[in-house]
Amino acid sequence: MRNLATIIIFCLVMAPVPLLIQSDFWITWLTLALFYAYLGQAWNLLGGYGGQFSFGHALFFGTGAYCTAILQIHFHINAWGGFVLATVAGGLIGAGTGWLVFRYGLRGSYFALVTLAFAEVFRILANSFDFTGAGVGLLVPLQPGIAQMQFESKAGFFWLLLMLVAVGLLFTWWLENARFGARLMAVRENEDAARALGVDPFDTKLRAIAISGAMAGSAGAVYVQLFLYIDPNIAYGPAMSVEALLVPIIGGLGTIFGPVLGAFALHVIAEIGRLAFGEAPGLNLVLYGILLVLMVLFLPNGLFGLGRVNFSTARLRRLFKRGSHA
Amino acid sequence: MLEFSILLPAILNGLTTGAIYALIALGLTLIYGVLHIINFAHGSLLMLALYGVFFLHSLFGVDPYLALPIEALALFAVGYGLQRFVIGHASHGKDENILLVTLGLSVIIENLALYLWRSDTRTIETPYSFEVIDFGVAFIAVPKAIAFIGALLVAALLWLLMTRTDLGRAIRALARERQGARLVGINVEHIFAMSFGIGCACLGIAACLLLPSFYVSPQVGHAFVLVAFTVVVLGGMGSFVGALLGGLIIGVTESLGGLFLGESLGQLGIFLIFIIVLLFRPNGLLGQRV
Repeated sequence: MRNLATIIIFCLVMAPVPLLIQSDFWITWLTLALFYAYLGQAWNLLGGYGGQFSFGHALFFGTGAYCTAILQIHFHINAWGGFVLATVAGGLIGAGTGWLVFRYGLRGSYFALVTLAFAEVFRILANSFDFTGAGVGLLVPLQPGIAQMQFESKAGFFWLLLMLVAVGLLFTWWLENARFGARLMAVRENEDAARALGVDPFDTKLRAIAISGAMAGSAGAVYVQLFLYIDPNIAYGPAMSVEALLVPIIGGLGTIFGPVLGAFALHVIAEIGRLAFGEAPGLNLVLYGILLVLMVLFLPNGLFGLGRVNFSTARLRRLFKRGSHA
Repeated sequence: MLEFSILLPAILNGLTTGAIYALIALGLTLIYGVLHIINFAHGSLLMLALYGVFFLHSLFGVDPYLALPIEALALFAVGYGLQRFVIGHASHGKDENILLVTLGLSVIIENLALYLWRSDTRTIETPYSFEVIDFGVAFIAVPKAIAFIGALLVAALLWLLMTRTDLGRAIRALARERQGARLVGINVEHIFAMSFGIGCACLGIAACLLLPSFYVSPQVGHAFVLVAFTVVVLGGMGSFVGALLGGLIIGVTESLGGLFLGESLGQLGIFLIFIIVLLFRPNGLLGQRV
């Protein structure tokens, strides 16, 4: 119940923010943080709760983004309809890859590599065909208005993403207390033991990747309306996959609030980096890489792990002991 | 019907590229075989090595083939240091953590290169860059022929190192039984770092053989990392002969794919092989069941 109360308080505090802050810059900043929180929630579901580390979540994100962009440009389908279809497409691609990958029992590092390879295949395909705009990408026509999911004020996107994040929070809260969540975490901890207890790992992981893919797909649909542009590198390139996994890892894997905390922390750090080093290509990703290495080395439980101080100092002590032995 | 005279040069060219792939994959498979970790930063380290060769040539006029010992030593040192001081401390009992750390390292190296050297594609020119050898049925560029022979030589040397020296024995002992190796007095952390260093030294050598007929850009590692994984997975994780065989197969596949499907779709062949092998035969052609 405490978690549910925190979720409600979080939403109540965040909702009036655009009314209080007039600066477009900060509303956009918060909107982007919420966007990455949502993408991170998608990854956290499969990686944090299911223990399946995907290196290619861009696969689902990009498919959702292209799905809504193509439907809008070539078939004149309303953006909200595109959003629903992108969610379905993300889920289907998730289920498809999951079915292929989990059926043959690929785990751990193999799973990470295959998801990356799938994302690469889609990047090459998107680069090669005309209806995906090939290397040039697709420009979505500007049609301001709620009807086309392109809000006239910046606040519109903020509220839309806040709603999606709230759904994500509620879903993970439900997951932690539901049978499905218990099965998923059992598979994460020990697949063979879970099977012995009557859990079907294949079925459990398949559901998790489908839901995770659907969430990432819907994130892609929102992204397209927000930026009105998509190309193969944005959609299927490694940058989006890295951010999707970095956010929950920084915040805390397999926790309800980890992705939200991680997304805000990541963007504060990125902002500080921008102020300190100026705008330069690649520099923010260098920072992300360093963060990833430091987090895994010293805080494998994320910022939430900081709460358990005793645990992490013991870990540090052990680390230094091992270092001096060597 | 396809002319033999088109097919044969494509296959020969594929074999020369394949030998380089094999060399890169040998480093990867050595690291996997001993440490049981997947080094995701392998491609980025190769990119770094290629820049090393490039700058040695353009700033100091060092011939790429003469740079070979410098490169091999430098990459060995980088690899040794990385394993000893960063990667070795990352696992906390979970393989995924190591994968994440090497992913983080690759992101750092790749984007630092992008920041320092921009995304320009760079090449070097040597007196022999455009010389060819006539094989009667096909012409092969001299640098490619040297690369082919060099890669096979290094593979042979590596095999000798693994079978005939104490270091090789220690590495193999460690690959088989970590606890037992520690009990008989092998310095596990040191040998782990040595294996990682040797795996990276392969990259330094590959870079020297590669650059005269190739280019370097910050993204170049990205192209190689999946190719190297494909080779390793195809040949069987941890198998030396498998990596050689896999490299040659992938090289020829890429060359033929490019011939039939064009440059950009030709790459698809590699990824499809990767996915198909992982799905249907994750132990590879010559790998043992783990």
